[in-house]
Amino acid sequence: MTERNSASLFHPRQSCGLCCTRLTNFGVKRGNIPIIEKINLHVHCGELTVFIGPNGAGKTTLLKAILGELHHSGDLHFFQADKKYVKKRPRIGYVPQKFDFDVNSPVSVTDMFAVTLSNWPACLGRRQNISATAMRMLSVVQSEHLAAKRLGELSTGQLQRVLLALALTPTPEILLLDEPTTGMDPAGAALFYRTLSQLRKDYDLSVILVSHDLQVAARFADRMLLLNHTILRDGSPHKVLADKNVMEIMGLDFTSPDSLPENNFAIHDIRHRECDTHLPEYPPMAP
Amino acid sequence: MRYPFTGISADGALSFMIELLHRMTALLPFEWAQYAFMQNALLAVIIIAPLLALLGCIVITNQMTFFSDAIGHATLSGIAIGAMAGMADPFWAMIFFALLLTLTIELLRRYSSASSDTIIGLIMAFAVALGVVLLSRGGGFARYSKYLIGDILTITPPEIGRMLILVVIVIVVWLTRFNSIFLTGMNRSFAISRGQRVWVTETVFAMLVALVVATTIPWIGLLVINSLLILPAAAGRNMARNLTGYVSWSVAISLASGLAGLIISYYLGTATGATIVLFAFAAFIVTLFFRKR
Repeated sequence: MTERNSASLFHPRQSCGLCCTRLTNFGVKRGNIPIIEKINLHVHCGELTVFIGPNGAGKTTLLKAILGELHHSGDLHFFQADKKYVKKRPRIGYVPQKFDFDVNSPVSVTDMFAVTLSNWPACLGRRQNISATAMRMLSVVQSEHLAAKRLGELSTGQLQRVLLALALTPTPEILLLDEPTTGMDPAGAALFYRTLSQLRKDYDLSVILVSHDLQVAARFADRMLLLNHTILRDGSPHKVLADKNVMEIMGLDFTSPDSLPENNFAIHDIRHRECDTHLPEYPPMAP
Repeated sequence: MRYPFTGISADGALSFMIELLHRMTALLPFEWAQYAFMQNALLAVIIIAPLLALLGCIVITNQMTFFSDAIGHATLSGIAIGAMAGMADPFWAMIFFALLLTLTIELLRRYSSASSDTIIGLIMAFAVALGVVLLSRGGGFARYSKYLIGDILTITPPEIGRMLILVVIVIVVWLTRFNSIFLTGMNRSFAISRGQRVWVTETVFAMLVALVVATTIPWIGLLVINSLLILPAAAGRNMARNLTGYVSWSVAISLASGLAGLIISYYLGTATGATIVLFAFAAFIVTLFFRKR
């Protein structure tokens, strides 16, 4: 990770909706027991894809495997928009479910940017452009006022927003979020999702979100997938949540609000076909 | 070894520097500052104290305090094997064993399902027992008790030179790897998502700690070395709100306790390492009252 000039760290990519992440026969085993298996999936940039599923369905496992923290079988390919190259390891931004750290740690929010963006030891004072980048990215998540705070002083909601800003710097190709609003109040969660929803348009991100909060997820998702060891349902939030069997699998009694927008699922279908037909099976690997 | 073009030998340059520092120390208006052994010790403290504090900052954030303590104790087996091999100074045997045990611990941590605590405890138990058994053959353990307590007053200029090489190694690793090490210690998953190779980072840092601990044990003492590593950083944590403050406070507290401990131990005739630790502990207690939160 080298220090890039600060402009390219946050520069929004032009929206294209044509880059996509393809998982082929993707699976993870713990010992001999498969946690998730036979996952075939395309995720498109500019889309907010939400995974729902009961506890123990393997949602976090899937994210950790995409992240590279767990070994997986099958393939992950990231197709860049120009379709010239395919990458096996796209740049990933990750917002964990619970960011475990020592709350007494004497590390400030700006320190976190310095530690992740540069090789120059963060304890030897910061460089001007790092501070500037930190402020700019914090402003994206409406948190400039938190720059000088200690990480341990932040509330749950503030910490998640800071982590989102960190995950966005430098601009990732895939953004993974694991129940990012756990422990937030409804207003905080709504603000978080609104920000996220705007960002995936502005930055043309492939957002993969795991959520338990069906109400909120349904409102902001472009696409919803039901995961229980493998993918059981795939479609617009409207369609997935209207399915009686889905609620049975989730062990929930949730009625889909009638006002649920259809979103841009039609666009998704078009993109999906593009990804299948237009992309050569295996373009050359990224240099 | 000679420096290119100048014709000055490395040893020559080092002894010149040390001579210069001796002369400067002798200008101090104190009785103790006139003795060569105190001048050497002073120099050694000025080098060792900040070095240990720097590493201590990371040892605390990465929750490696048990590891650093264990590796200090485990060097007993290095001392024993060096002595058996007939080495007058078991320095290289200590270094070799500290690094070997560190690598063993890191490999076990990676490939076994046992917890870190268990693995470290296990390796330490083995290494300490082996060391004690070998050193106590024929009832000769007392000869080696100097390693338990340490004696900084016996340090010689070539040994100070050794410390300076260590300083260079630590500074190089620090400048290139600090952010990686810090991030890895903060949260492993997050570090992986930022493209860090966490195992390599952890192993490099563990080996650096082992190297520094094994090198400084003869002067500070096996029993108290870990306290000197941890206390200044723990005190620095109480005072700091960001990383710059953390490291600066830790180094300053370590240096202050080091100098105070050295001078007071001269007047009281006590073991220097332990005296320094008492000062560092006092500093920790004081900082508790200044906590900014």
